[in-house]
Amino acid sequence: MSSQDIPEENLPAEQSAGHDEHGHGAVSVADEKHPFADPGLPPHEHRIQDIDERAAKRSERSVALMFTVSMLATIGFIAAFVAIPVDKSVYIFPLGHISALNFALGMTLGIALFCIGAGAVHWSRTLMSDVEIADERHPIEAEPEVREKVFADFKQGAKESALGRRKLIRNTMLGALTLVPLSGVVLLRDLGPLPGTKLRHTLWSKGKLLVNMNTNQPLRPSDVAVGSLTFAKPEGLEEHDHDFQNEIAKAALMIVRIQPENIKDKRELEWSHEGIVAYSKICTHVGCPISLYEQQTHHVLCPCHQSTFDLSDGARVIFGPAGHALPQLRIGVNDEGYLEALGDFEEPVGPAFWERG
Amino acid sequence: MSTAQTRRKAPAGERVADWADGRLGIYSLAKANMRKIFPDHWSFMLGEICLYSFIIIILTGVYLTLFFHPSMNEVEYHGSYVPLQGQLMSEAFASTLDISFDVRGGLLIRQIHHWAAIIFLAGMFVHMMRVFFTGAFRKPREINWLFGFLLFVLGMFTGFTGYSLPDDLLSGTGVRFTQGAILSVPIVGTYISMFLFGGEFPGTDFVARFYSIHILLLPGIMLGLVVGHLILVFYHKHTQFAGPGRTNKNVVGMPLLPVYMAKAGGFFFLVFGVIAALAGIATVNPIWVLGPYRPDQVSTGAQPDWYMGFAEGLVRAMPGWEINFWGHTLVLGVFIPLVLFGLFLAIIALYPFIESWVTGDKREHHILDRPRNAPTRTAFGVAWVTGYMIMLIGGGNDIVATHFHLSINAVTWFVRIGFFVGPVIAFIVTKRICLGLQRRDKDKVLHGRESGIIKRLPHGEFIEVHEPLSQEQMYTLTAHEQYQPVELGPTVDENGVERKLKGSEKLRAKLSDAYYGEGAQIPKPTAEEYREITSGHGHH
Amino acid sequence: MAALVVLLLALCFSGGLYAVFAPTSKAEADTTAQSLAIEEGKKLYSVGCASCHGTGGQGTTDGPSLVGVGAASVDFQVGTGRMPAATSQGPQVPKKKNIYTQAEIDQLAAYIASLGAGPSIPTKDQYSPEGADIAKGGELFRTNCAQCHNFTGKGGALTHGKYAPTLEGVSEKHIYEAMQTGPQNMPSFPDTTLSEKNKKDIIAYLDAVNSEKTESPGGLELGGLGPVSEGLFGWVFGLGGLIAVAVWVAARTAKAKKS
Repeated sequence: MSSQDIPEENLPAEQSAGHDEHGHGAVSVADEKHPFADPGLPPHEHRIQDIDERAAKRSERSVALMFTVSMLATIGFIAAFVAIPVDKSVYIFPLGHISALNFALGMTLGIALFCIGAGAVHWSRTLMSDVEIADERHPIEAEPEVREKVFADFKQGAKESALGRRKLIRNTMLGALTLVPLSGVVLLRDLGPLPGTKLRHTLWSKGKLLVNMNTNQPLRPSDVAVGSLTFAKPEGLEEHDHDFQNEIAKAALMIVRIQPENIKDKRELEWSHEGIVAYSKICTHVGCPISLYEQQTHHVLCPCHQSTFDLSDGARVIFGPAGHALPQLRIGVNDEGYLEALGDFEEPVGPAFWERG
Repeated sequence: MSTAQTRRKAPAGERVADWADGRLGIYSLAKANMRKIFPDHWSFMLGEICLYSFIIIILTGVYLTLFFHPSMNEVEYHGSYVPLQGQLMSEAFASTLDISFDVRGGLLIRQIHHWAAIIFLAGMFVHMMRVFFTGAFRKPREINWLFGFLLFVLGMFTGFTGYSLPDDLLSGTGVRFTQGAILSVPIVGTYISMFLFGGEFPGTDFVARFYSIHILLLPGIMLGLVVGHLILVFYHKHTQFAGPGRTNKNVVGMPLLPVYMAKAGGFFFLVFGVIAALAGIATVNPIWVLGPYRPDQVSTGAQPDWYMGFAEGLVRAMPGWEINFWGHTLVLGVFIPLVLFGLFLAIIALYPFIESWVTGDKREHHILDRPRNAPTRTAFGVAWVTGYMIMLIGGGNDIVATHFHLSINAVTWFVRIGFFVGPVIAFIVTKRICLGLQRRDKDKVLHGRESGIIKRLPHGEFIEVHEPLSQEQMYTLTAHEQYQPVELGPTVDENGVERKLKGSEKLRAKLSDAYYGEGAQIPKPTAEEYREITSGHGHH
Repeated sequence: MAALVVLLLALCFSGGLYAVFAPTSKAEADTTAQSLAIEEGKKLYSVGCASCHGTGGQGTTDGPSLVGVGAASVDFQVGTGRMPAATSQGPQVPKKKNIYTQAEIDQLAAYIASLGAGPSIPTKDQYSPEGADIAKGGELFRTNCAQCHNFTGKGGALTHGKYAPTLEGVSEKHIYEAMQTGPQNMPSFPDTTLSEKNKKDIIAYLDAVNSEKTESPGGLELGGLGPVSEGLFGWVFGLGGLIAVAVWVAARTAKAKKS
C-alpha cells in the first residue's frame, strides 16, 4: 500500500513553467520567456481612509456610532427585561401573536451583539493597516538529524527500561493493564436488567376488558361502528400508575370494525368478534404508535417511516420498512357483553429483535 | 502610583506580562503567534461560524442547566401554559415549559441554544465541504480533517441527546425509533437497549442518562477536539488560494494582531447577534404544542432535526427485509440503514487517505485547489452530497408529499432509486462541468478574455475583441498542478523475468488513470502554446 | 368562534337573501316543513348529486351509497365544498368553495336523512367549545387525531397521494361533523367511543392552538411543521445570513483609486 515506489519526478512540478520563487518584486510587463511566471505580490493600494483624514474620521465616527448603538441596545435589553411581563403577547406582522418579552430581548440582544461585531470589523477594514504580509512556512517534518536523535533517545530509553529483556515484567504488565478496564465494564452491569422474556409479554391476558382510551369505559361491540377507529388499553391500567408508560408502550391497541365478508385473512376473522379486530398500535418497524387508518382501504400507515399495513388482510405489510405484520389480539365478549381479550398477544409486539425468532 | 515612579519602572501592563512570562513563557508563544498571518476569504470563516456557535451553545446550555430538571418523575402541570394545565408529564417536560413561559428570557435562551445547534451542524457541514472541494485535507492536514469529521459526528449525537431531553412527544418518538434501531442489532441489541434505558422502553432513566451524555461526556470530548483542531490550524498555518505572490512556502494575508483580532473577535459578536435576533423572531422546537411524550401517541411529520434527517431518510427508504432462522431474527430493514449510515459518513472521512494513496503524493500542500482543477475529487464530492441530500428528502418524504401534492409512495420510490442513480448522474455531470470550466480557463489564458466589443474588419468580417489577461490572472489560472496517471511500469524486470503485479498496484493504476488519465483533465496551457498563439497577430 | 362568524358571513354573501332565515327554519321541525324540505332537497339532489350517487342515493360505480350517512355527513361534504366533486378527481376530493346556501344544504341533508337513519347535524350546544377542557382536548387530539393531522392540525400525508387536510379555518361545526361521520378515508369517531364532551374538548383545543388568535410566543411559527421547516429556515436564514456577514468581513475594502 505504500507509495514509495512512485518516483518523485512522476509528481507534477510544484508550479508552472519558469516560476519565480522570489515573490515580492512585482513584474509589470508580461515576461516573454515565462508568460505564466508568478509576478509576485501586487503593490499595496491605498484606501480612501489611508490618504484622506476626513474619510478616516468618518470611519471612526461610524465605528463609535455602532459601539454606542450597542450600549443603547443593552440598556434596552435590561429595560425590556424589567418592564415587559413574561406573559405579554403582541401582534407583530408578519410574525404573528408572539411574546413581547422574547421579541424585545432577542432584538435588543441581537443588536447589542451585532453592533459590537460590526464596529470591530468596520474598524479593522477601514482604519487598521491593510498591507498584506507574507509569512514563510516551514516544513512540518523534522530535520533528519532531529529524527535520528529522537530514535536514538528512544532506543536508549527502551534499552534502559529493560522491557525487551525482562519478558516476565512485560507480559504481566500487559496482562494487568488488559484486565483492569474490565472492572469498569462490570460496573456497567446494573445499568439495566437482562432482557429475559420482557419483550414477549404485555399486560393483556384472558378476560381483561378492552377499555376505551377516550372515555376510560370498557367497550361493547355495539360501540364500535364500521369505519370508526378506537384506541384501547387493558382494564386496570391507569394514567397515574407508575408503570403506565412502560405498559402502554406494549399494550396499546387499535380497534376497527370491518364487515366480516371484507376480511381476507382467515385467522384474522377467527380472532375477531363480529368483524371487530384488535391490532397492536405499536409498529413492528421501530415502535411508533401506528394509527393512520384509512377507513375505505383499511390500510394503516405509520407516520414515522410510512410502513403500511392492510388491516383487512391480517395486517400484512404492503409498503415500507416494516418486516412483519402487526400482531393481532384475540378478542371475544364476556357474559356482561363487554369486549375482552382471550389471552396475550401470541408474538412480541413492537420492533423485531434478535431473539424474536 | 506616582508619575515619577512609572517613569523609572516599566508600565504596569509590561510588568504583568513579565510576571506571566516568568511563569508561563508567554513571550515565545506570542512571538510565534501574535502577528500570525491569516489569508482573507469568506469561505475561511465557515469554521469560525462553527466555533462561535459552539461557544454560544455552551454559554446558553450552562444557563439552561440552571432551570432544567433532568427527571422523568411524573408531575401534574400547573404552570402558565393553559392548553397543558392538569396534564401528566415528566419533570423534564414541565421544567422546559417553565423555562419557556415562566423564566424571563428563558425562552430566548432556549431558542438561541437550539438555533445555534442547527446552525452549528449546518456550518460544520458546509465547512467540511469547503475543505473537501478545495483539497485542504491533503498533507499535512489529514488528522485535522479527521478531528473535524469527528466533531461533526459527535455534534450530531450531542444534538440528538439534547433535543430528546425535554421528553416531548416529537423527540420521544425519535428516542423510540433509536430504541427500535438498537433492538435490530444482532445478538446484543436487546441487551444494549435494556442497559441504555434501564429496562423496558421508555423506563424512567433515559432523560437523566442522556443529560449527562449531552452536557458532559460529548461536549467534553468535543471541546478537546475543538482545541486540538485550532492548535493544528495555528501550527499548520492557514491554506490559501493560488495567486500572485502566494506560494506553497508562504502565507499571505493580515496579521492576527490587530486585524484578525478585530475581525475574528468581531465575527463572534456578529454570529451571536444574528442568532440572538433569529431566536427573537422565529420559534424553534415549540415543545408546548408537541405535548408530553406518551408511547401510545404520535404526530404525523415526525422528523428529527436536520442533521439526523439523513439517517431518517435511509430508514424510510429501506424495504422491510427480515430474515428468520434458527429461532433468531435478523432485522435487515432497520440494521442495514444503521450500517449504511456509518459507512456513508465513513467514506467521506477516509477519502483523503484514498486520494493520497492514488496520487502517491507525499508533499505538503498549502495552496488550495479550485474545485474544477480536481474534477474527479469534485465529482466524487458532489456525488456524495447528492446522496446525502436525496436521503434528506427521504427523511422528509411526508412533508415533501403534502407540500408538492405528490404521493408519499412515489416520493419514497424516487428516493430509493435516486440514492443509487443520483450520485452517478451527479458524478458524470460534475466532471463534465469541471472539464468545461478547465477548457474555458485554458481558452482565457491563450486567447484572452472576451471583451464584448465587436469589431468589423476592413474586409467585412466581424470579430470580437479579446483582451489579453494580466500577468497576475495568467499566473493564477495556470498555477495548479496536474498529476500524470501512475504507470505500472514494465511487466518484466531487467532480467526478462516476469514481475508479479500486486492487485493493489493494478487497482491504483486504474484509479490513477480514472483520476488523471486522458479525458479526466484538460492539460493546462504551456508557455510554448501561448507563445505560438501570441506571436501570430490577433487571434483566429 | 371567529372562524365560524367569518364562514357564516361568507355563506350569507354567497347564498343570497334567504340564507339569513335558514338557521331558524331548521329549528322548527314540524312535519310539513320537514316534508317540504325533503321535496326541495330531492330536486337539488337530482340535479347536483344523482349522476354519481344514483337517483335514489343507492350509489353507483362513481359514488358511494348515501343511505344511512346522515344529515351531518351532507352538511360536512357540501358545506366544505367537497361535494359535488369534480368528475375527474385525484386520490382525494379536495375542499373547495361551497356553491350551495345553508338552506339548500339543509334541504339536501333532509332528503338524504330520509333515505336512512344517520347522524344529524349537530346543534351549537354540541360543538360550541364553551366550558370545555382544553388540556383534555389536547390529550384526546394527540391520541386520536395528531397521527394524521399533525400536533396542532396542520395536516399530513397519507398513502398514495391522499392526505389529512389542515384544520386551520375549518368551522367548529364541520370539525364536529367530520369526527362524527368520518368523511372519505378518515375513520369516524362516533359518540359511543368519542363522547360529545370529548369532541367539544378537541374543538376547544384546536381553537386554542390552531386559530387566528393562537399565540406563538417564540415568534414565526414556520408552518408548525416541526424540524423540516426549522432545518430549512436555519440553513437559509441562519447559516445563509452568517455567510453573507462572513463575505462582508472577508471582503477587501474599496481602494481609493477605484472609488
